[in-house]
Order: sequence, then structure tokens, then C-alpha cells
Amino acid sequence: MDSNKVMDMKEAISKFVKDDESVYLAGFTHMIPFAAGHEIIRQKRKDLTLCRATPDIIYDQMIAAGCGKKLVFSYAGNPGVGSLRCFRRALEKGIPKPIEIEEYTHFGLSGRLFAGATNMPFLPMRTNLGSDLPPNNPNIMTIKNPYGDEEVSIVPPLKPDVAVVHVQRADRNGNAHIWGITGEQKDAAFASKKVILTCEEIVDESVIRTDPNRTLIPDFVVHAVVHEPWCAHPSYTQGYYDRDNEFYMQWDEITKEHETTMKYMEEWVLGVENRTQYMKKLPAEKLLKLKPRSAYCTPVDYGTL
Amino acid sequence: MTEYTPTELMVIVAARELKDHETVLVGVGVPNLAANLAMKLQAPNLNMVYESGAVGSNPTRMPLSIGDPCLVTGAKSVCSMYEQFAYYLQGGRIDVGFLGGAQIDKYGNINSTIIGNYKTPKVRLPGSGGACDIASNVKKIIVITPHEKRRFVERVDFLTSPGFLDGKQKWSRLKLQGGGPYAVITNLGTLKFDAETGEMTLVSLHPGVTVEKVQESTPWKLKVADKLEQTPPPTEKEIATLRALDPTRIYLG
Repeated sequence: MDSNKVMDMKEAISKFVKDDESVYLAGFTHMIPFAAGHEIIRQKRKDLTLCRATPDIIYDQMIAAGCGKKLVFSYAGNPGVGSLRCFRRALEKGIPKPIEIEEYTHFGLSGRLFAGATNMPFLPMRTNLGSDLPPNNPNIMTIKNPYGDEEVSIVPPLKPDVAVVHVQRADRNGNAHIWGITGEQKDAAFASKKVILTCEEIVDESVIRTDPNRTLIPDFVVHAVVHEPWCAHPSYTQGYYDRDNEFYMQWDEITKEHETTMKYMEEWVLGVENRTQYMKKLPAEKLLKLKPRSAYCTPVDYGTL
Repeated sequence: MTEYTPTELMVIVAARELKDHETVLVGVGVPNLAANLAMKLQAPNLNMVYESGAVGSNPTRMPLSIGDPCLVTGAKSVCSMYEQFAYYLQGGRIDVGFLGGAQIDKYGNINSTIIGNYKTPKVRLPGSGGACDIASNVKKIIVITPHEKRRFVERVDFLTSPGFLDGKQKWSRLKLQGGGPYAVITNLGTLKFDAETGEMTLVSLHPGVTVEKVQESTPWKLKVADKLEQTPPPTEKEIATLRALDPTRIYLG
């Protein structure tokens, strides 16, 4: 069956990401869909509720561009480097505009997605007690264990309006193979009302069916399939390209001021039409350096009857 | 005797705290070095687990973030973020967790969220990430930090990750399944926690350091153990093994 889900990034974002809605661009360090974030910036979406465990550089860019009114998160740092300066400027000084925050622990936020994906009214967890987070976030509550006598912390489900999930390979309907750090990819896809799936490669459905254990996301939760090689740069895609750590360090310099940040955005985001143009601007030597050597797994035998 | 830097000393002292067959939740940087060093010395069967979901990693380079692809290739297992926190951490499978932060107080409470007021922050820090979850669930929390007055405070501005709160009595009432803070390793000494009150106590002085020097860098009247020990200086083998782990000195400085 051929599908009408396959579209380019421009069409997917314009169809499924709306002002005032909540978005979850998935990926824990791994497979962060930067190309989708850039397209959201180019289409000038505003007042979004930006949800992500680790806002990372992608939301730092979207905050600098003025796309977000609220951030729902659990770790707002530049992983391995330091601060997210654009987020801090918005929070501490209201530049370019103020941002509201709703803060959890990693377990709290990934638990919220799990509760959202599995349609639970809330999820109990052993964390938060004794911390100053609950008094500063009324969504984190405490209940008495009905089967025992202790208190447990609970968090509400998170059901974003739209998730963007990047994967290594998918078929045209959106059956997706994922390997490496799987982060919140599956939870975000199942929790969200709409799912944009972006992939390094589009493969035939028969390829997916050779290894169903690796399919973390089945086609019927997916609304759009975007074939977008290098979608995750400067983050990485296991087996395809390494994280551009040099850029993660440079981001700290680039974002020293709002003006210097916007100069970058003019050149690399607003000044290009799509990911292909962005990739053409990157030096070939850099890309070659990011390509890993192969490390194949031993094939498994599913057997057939 | 070989010369060593304060960072090298802290990593070596921390590595000595890890036992063979323990499962340890590692962060990038200095804790990662400590765990790798222990694995090369007394703990070859140490299980290194990362909050990104990598379990039993066998990195071929120094990982630059907790989600580095080198933590995946050759690992024992990789699970989702939710599974990592639910099965491994909340499931009680982690013995030791390394934590860091901008501030630590007298009862081992850690702040990695904010300096100043939450609503109108002077400095916004990254926040909990997995830190509060780790502090609530591991058997032993180990903190590696330079001993400075701005980091050691009588009471943290914001309590991100619970230590013994304002004493062990209140902490016991929370019935957390974790064992609470175990050791704070600084460039001056090793501090552990009073079994009854949960107060941070100086238990060992690093080579050449006096109690007065430690007190000078601690803004409250520091409790000192009756039997204060002297930290054995790093051995040639410890130093050589550590330097081989970070040849370009990304984290050793």
C-alpha cells in the first residue's frame, strides 16, 4: 500500500504544528530533530508550549527565535558544555520575551510521557519527596499509598499536541526502526495526538518486517513521514553520524548575546530554505570526520514456518 | 613521589570507594573517570550505567556527554529513558550514584537548580535532570567537588536532591528507599555523614592538609571524626592508570 503520509519538512510542519499548541521534539542527546526545529522557526510559529526533558540547543534556538511561551523540562543545560544561554536570557531577563517554566526531574518528565502514552490518570513514583521541586510545581503531588501507609509522589500524564521523532529508518507508512539510545522516542510518539516521523532512510516495508523487534513505532500512530538525512545535526544518529561536539562548544560562544545568536540564526536557519541547503553550507571535511566506522550486530534468526 | 593535581587526587580517592561487582550510575567528566579508574584497578566487574539508558558501557573514547554514541557500541544493554529510571533506579538495582551541584550543605542536600529565588533567579542552573531521582534511590551517593566557600553552604538556596534534609530524623520519615549521602570527596579531604544525625563529618585529611584549612573553606562549624584518618597519597600505579584514561586531559585539566 502506498501512503500519502510522505511529505517534505515544510509541508509536515505547516500541516501539523500550530501556534499556541504543545510540541515534543524527542531525543535524549541522540537523534534530536534539529531540521524540524529550524523549519518551525522559519514558519514563525509562536506561543508554543515547548516540552522536552533536555531542551538542548534545539529549544535554545527556538526560544531565541521567540517561538515558545512556556518550557516544560527536566534538565536545561548544554550537555557536556554548560548553560543554555538563550533559555537563561529569556528566564532571567525576558529577552527576546519572557518564558514560563514547568519543571520536573527526568523520571518525572519521562513518567509523564509514559502516563500519557498509556492513558493513566497519574503515575506514582519514588522521587520528589523532600525536594523543593514540588512546592514550586503544583502538578507534582503526593498521595497516600492505598495499599500501605507511605506517601508517594505522583505526576500527571503529558499528551503533547504533536511530537517529532527522528529515527534511522522507516517505511513509507511510518513503521520505524530505532537503535542506540532510544530515550523518550516511543513514549513521546504514543503520548502525542499527532506524530511527525523523520528518518535518515526510507526503506521498503519488507525490510522493516525482517526485524519487527526493532520497530519501536508502528505506522498507525504516525501522521507524517519525512525523509530527512542529517536531520539531527549537530546532535547525532547512531551508526550514521557522530555528534558535532565542536558545534556544541561553539554554541556557548555564539549565544553570548542575543544579537550574536540572531546573526547565527539569520545565516544558518532563516537564511536557508531547507536542510539540504543547510548541509551544503557545512564543510565536507567536517562531515567526513563525523562519519563513524561500521560496527554491525550479529544477525538473529527469526525462523519461519 | 610523583606529583599530582587536586583533580587527580579527587578522582583517585573517589575510585577507591567503588567495589568490584557494584553497579554505579555515572555522569560525564570526573565521575566517569573515577568509575573507569576503579574498573582498571580493584573493580574489573564494575557495571557502569548512564541515565541516558546505556547499561554496562565499554567506551572506546572519553564520552563527551551522557548520551555519547560510544556508550552504546559494545554495551551490555540499552533501554529507554523511562525504563532506566523505573527498572534500574526505582527497581533498586543501582548501588552508587555520583552527583554534583553548585551548592551542598551540612546534611548533604544538593542544589543544581537556582542561585537566589526560584521565581526571580539570580543564576539559573540546569536543574535536576536525574539527580533528585538518583539521590532518592541509590544505596550510596558520592559527591566529588572542590572545597570552596561558595559551594559549601549551611543551607542550600534550593533543595534539588535530598541529602538528609535538616537531619536524619526528618529524612527517615520520608522512607526513601535510597541510603542517602555517603561521601563527599574534595581536594582537601573526605567527608562522610554521622550515623545518627546525618551531619557531614570530616573523616580523612588529604596529604598536607590540616583541619584548620578545611574549616577555613567551610562556612559552618565543621564536625570532625574522633578518629580522623590521613588519606594515603596516590600511588604511581593509580596516577599512571588515570592519566592513560584521559591522555588529552579533557577532564583532568
